[in-house]
Order: sequence, then structure tokens, then C-alpha cells
Amino acid sequence: MLADKDRIFTNLYGFEGTDLKSSKKRGDWKNTKKLLENGKDWIVDEMKTSGLRGRGGAGFPTGLKWSFMPKESDGRPSYLVVNADEGEPGTCKDREIMRHDPHKLVEGCLIAGFAMNAIAAYIYIRGEFAEEAKVMQAAIDEAYKAGLIGKDSCGTGYNFDIYIHRGAGAYICGEETALIESIEGKKGQPRLKPPFPANVGVFGCPTTVNNVESIAVVPEVLRRGGSWFAALGRENNTGTKLFCISGHVNNPCNVEEEMGIPLKDLIEKHAGGVIGGWDNLLAIIPGGSSVHMIPKSICDTVLMDFDSLRAEGTGLGTAAVIVMDKSTDIVAAIARLSAFYKHESCGQCTPCREGTGWMWRMMERLVSGDAELEEVDMLLDVTKQIEGHTICALGDAAAWPIQGLLRHFRPEVERRIEEFKKSKLNVKLG
Amino acid sequence: MTLNLVDAGAFEFSPENKKWAAEELKKYPDSYRQSCVMPYLHRAQEQNHGWVSIPIMEYIADLLDMAYIRVHEVASFYSMYNLKPVGKHVIEVCTTTPCWLRGSDDVAAACKKELGIGFGETTADGEFTLLEVECAGACVNAPVIAYKENYYEDLDEDTTTAFIKSIKAGKVVSCGPQNGRFKSCPKGRATTLKDFAPKELLKAQDSKGSDK
Repeated sequence: MLADKDRIFTNLYGFEGTDLKSSKKRGDWKNTKKLLENGKDWIVDEMKTSGLRGRGGAGFPTGLKWSFMPKESDGRPSYLVVNADEGEPGTCKDREIMRHDPHKLVEGCLIAGFAMNAIAAYIYIRGEFAEEAKVMQAAIDEAYKAGLIGKDSCGTGYNFDIYIHRGAGAYICGEETALIESIEGKKGQPRLKPPFPANVGVFGCPTTVNNVESIAVVPEVLRRGGSWFAALGRENNTGTKLFCISGHVNNPCNVEEEMGIPLKDLIEKHAGGVIGGWDNLLAIIPGGSSVHMIPKSICDTVLMDFDSLRAEGTGLGTAAVIVMDKSTDIVAAIARLSAFYKHESCGQCTPCREGTGWMWRMMERLVSGDAELEEVDMLLDVTKQIEGHTICALGDAAAWPIQGLLRHFRPEVERRIEEFKKSKLNVKLG
Repeated sequence: MTLNLVDAGAFEFSPENKKWAAEELKKYPDSYRQSCVMPYLHRAQEQNHGWVSIPIMEYIADLLDMAYIRVHEVASFYSMYNLKPVGKHVIEVCTTTPCWLRGSDDVAAACKKELGIGFGETTADGEFTLLEVECAGACVNAPVIAYKENYYEDLDEDTTTAFIKSIKAGKVVSCGPQNGRFKSCPKGRATTLKDFAPKELLKAQDSKGSDK
């Protein structure tokens, strides 16, 4: 288990205050000026050394992402955009950072913004997080007042502003280009790439979009050194990570743990175990609703990091662990996710707009078994037709839970169809 | 949500909202005034008892030099803008899978029973609107209700009924977990950050391995 001294988010649960004074006591804003004076290249190199991979789901190396930003301006300013549009079912970690450790994010914005030569950061907070936005704004105001950000930030001569932009209830705005569109006052419909945001992002300017957690760990990683972070976890899967454990566990919770912790340990040490004991486990969605579920046999031994989960055909995603015990109607659980994706499809690409609705209606029929056996293959085929054929990954995200269900629980789906047929037969004869 | 075509009357920001609106514009580059459309819609909805009418959209479009249809596109795309009148109290129940696994069906049933309406409906007296929402983003505190910009968490049938009854009685219910737990910390015991945790979250540690 990760030692408390190696935890970054020491106020994860809000045991202490969120104001500047309390945050400074916990180590925030310590030597920030010195970190900045080490220079942009040093910051990017340390981030590369740390091995930090983006915490928003895709796991792209953060330092590398920053290095894509133009070193010299062509006349356009650069921007940092922080993705705080947290809405992936199962995920609630960025919320804790914003409402309990806001200064980590403010300081992270300053350092990341400095490293990529940005003039400002926009933090895009999902609309429902009203309290979180208030706490963040208070932290930003405090930082301005203390001269930590704004004109001559931390006395370094660097000018940097931080603004909050609030969303209004659209999951798709968690996709970086949809988020950019949304900041520009439009419908949140993803853009075709290229051009990539590092070239043409928000307001037509070079932009990097990072997840809240990726930015909030930056100050601590730099203070302790990239090699400290890299020593935690496994190679290519380094550092600590916030895990959200929800569903059928005795004590659902958020917790910061070392990357690569065995899934079983994570649940038993922090979440009080699966309800009814480990043997009562049916399946787990290990990385937010968009990844494939894994049955108990895989959960027994799998490690919680990008590469281990990928090897099992699933993913770490946002590290939101959704636990389902044997009482779960597994088909209904996935059908509910299908309803979610149908609701959240932005409607831009036909395969996703039509496909999510089609898959949802099909899944609803599979819950009761009101289908033909050959329709199962048809459903699988449709998921493959959606996957990879849309501008953004929402189409994939809608397809994968169903593929995961059919890969691991196909006999259950087919059993329902057969039983439904039998029950209909009985009615006729009876 | 379908558009309300009822004549809603003219709309204008209140004097203090006008002041706020001018400040808000400064957050964005001069050539991107349109960026203010979402904050303006939010604020207008607040001022207009929880919903956005067509005159509001037109007013905002004029403020930001936008075509009316562009504002309408935004207002109808995002689920948090109500395009028809809502009750004084809007109760939003999350029913996405993580909440569903923890009993959001019971929470929804308790709301419907206590209010006598279904999802998407408003009570005849115009007091309550009940809405089903997608993932609220507080999954380790499921099931969750969002009400007046706050989350009410770790609900069950009884606490939901009590919650609705309290609102009806005009009482303030403190937000957060309704089962006595400390925010998103494991219930009854802190497994980490022990130097910071309040004492009561450390005591239970050794005596009870887990609790339900």
C-alpha cells in the first residue's frame, strides 16, 4: 500500500481547509518561483522523466503533450485548457481535487501554463459542479490577491490568468475539441483532427487540454523530482493515481494509490471488500463506463494500470472501478449505459447518432430476452460498425461496454432469449 | 427538452446582472464575445425562475452579436437549460449505472411517491419538478440527488422520503452524504491520510474490518 508520505492529495477528503493558508501548510505554493526559474525545458523534461500519463482516460504522456506546443509564438497566444468536465460514469475524482485541494490545481495551471508559454488557462468545470466551481474561484481569487498568479506571477515577470468556464450538462464536452467548441460558445460537437489543438485550439490559437488530475499533480512531482514519481508504480505506468470505487462494495470511496496495485487489494484494503465477500463478485468495469468489463476470474489477479488492463482487453480509463456482485442484472447494467450514450451522443456522426439509439433499443430487448438468437451477432456487428467510424471516441465508448458484455456473458444473454421463447410457448399452450 | 412557444414576455438582465455580464466579457478575447453565451444563459435562467424562454435567447443573441439560431442551438444542446417552466424546487435524480447499482430505483420511486409525479413532470401547484439526469459525477456517494446546486448523497428510500418531506416543510437539509458518512472517505474509517483524519474515523479501524 502507498505510504501516506507519498500521497499527493493530502486533503482528498476535505479533512482540512481549502484556503491558501491551509494549503500552504500542506506544502502547496512552496518554492514555486524557483521551479519556474528552472525554465520551461527543465519543467517539460522533469515531466517526461516522471512518466506521468494523462489522467483523463487516454493515458497520453503529459510531458510529451506539452512539448508539442510551439516554442516561439507566430503572433498568436497559447492557452492551457483544463478539462474538469468530469462525467464518465463511475468517475468522481476531479470533483474531490476541485472542492478539497483547489490550490494544487491553481498552482499546476501556473506551472503548466508557464512551460507551454500560455497567457491564460481556462478551467472547464461541468455545470452541475456549482460548489466545486465556487471553491475553485475562491482559490483563484486568493492566488491573484497574493500575487501568485496574474501580473508578474510569483515575482517571475510572467503574466498568467486563470478563468473558469462552466459547462451545462453535456458529457461530450469532456472530449477535448468539443470542450474547445463549448468555450467558444457553441454546441459541444467534436472537431475533426487535424489540425490538432496544439496547432489550432481554443480561439484559433495553440492549446493544450489536460485533465484536472494531470495538472494538479504537477507541482508536487516537480518539487519531489520526476524520478520520485517514476519510482512509484511500474515502468511505463508510473506514479500515484486517484481511484474511485463504486457499486457493490461495502465502503465505496475515492482513494489515492500506487499505480499497478492489484484490483483485489484496492477493493479489500480501501472499499471494505465486495458485498458478500470476494466470491460474490460477478464482474468489474475497471476504468469508467467506457471500457470493457472483466469477469471475476480476471479481477482475481489483474493489476490496476494502463498496460496490465490493456493486456486483458480493457483499460484503466479514468480508474473508476464499478463493482457488480452476483445480485446484478448484468444485461440491465449495460443497457443502462447504452441509454446513457444514446442520451449523450452529440448527433454529429451518423454511426453514433443512429447507432447508440439502435444499440440501446436492442439492449432493452435483451434484458427481457425478447430477441432472436441471431440478433446477438447482429448487435456485435453493429458495435463494430460504429467503433472507429466517428469523429470522436464516444462511438467507441458506446460500443465497448456491449462488446465486453458479449465477450464475457454471452451465455447469459442467450439463456434469456431461450427462456423468453419458452415462456411465450407456455402461454400459447396454456 | 421541447421548446416552449408560450409568449413568455420580454426579458432584460437585472441591473446587477448587467454589471456582472460586462465583467464576464473580459474573460474572453474581444473577437470571441460568443464565449459568454453559456454563462449568460445560466444567469438568465437563474433570474427567470429556472427556465430559458425564446425572448431570453433573443436578448442574449443581441447582447453578443449572435444570430438567434446560434443561441437557440446552444440552449437546446445542453441539458441544464430548461426550455419550459419548472417548479420552484427542481429535484434531479441520477439513475446511471453506478447509482442504479446502489439503489437509485428506490430513490426514484420514493420521489415519485412522495411528489405524486413522474420524471419530467411538475406538480400541479407548480412547486416541484422531478427530473432524471445522467451521471452526476459523485459515483462513490451513490445514489445521488442534485437540488439547488448541491448534491445529496448516499441516499436510500427512507432518507429520500425524509429529504422531500423536509423541502416541503420549508426546512433546510444539509447537503452531502445522508448516511452520516464523511464525504467520499470510506464509511466510518479512514484507510489513508491518518495524520489528517478526524479521530472518529480512526477509532473504528481496528475493531471492525469492514462495515455495511
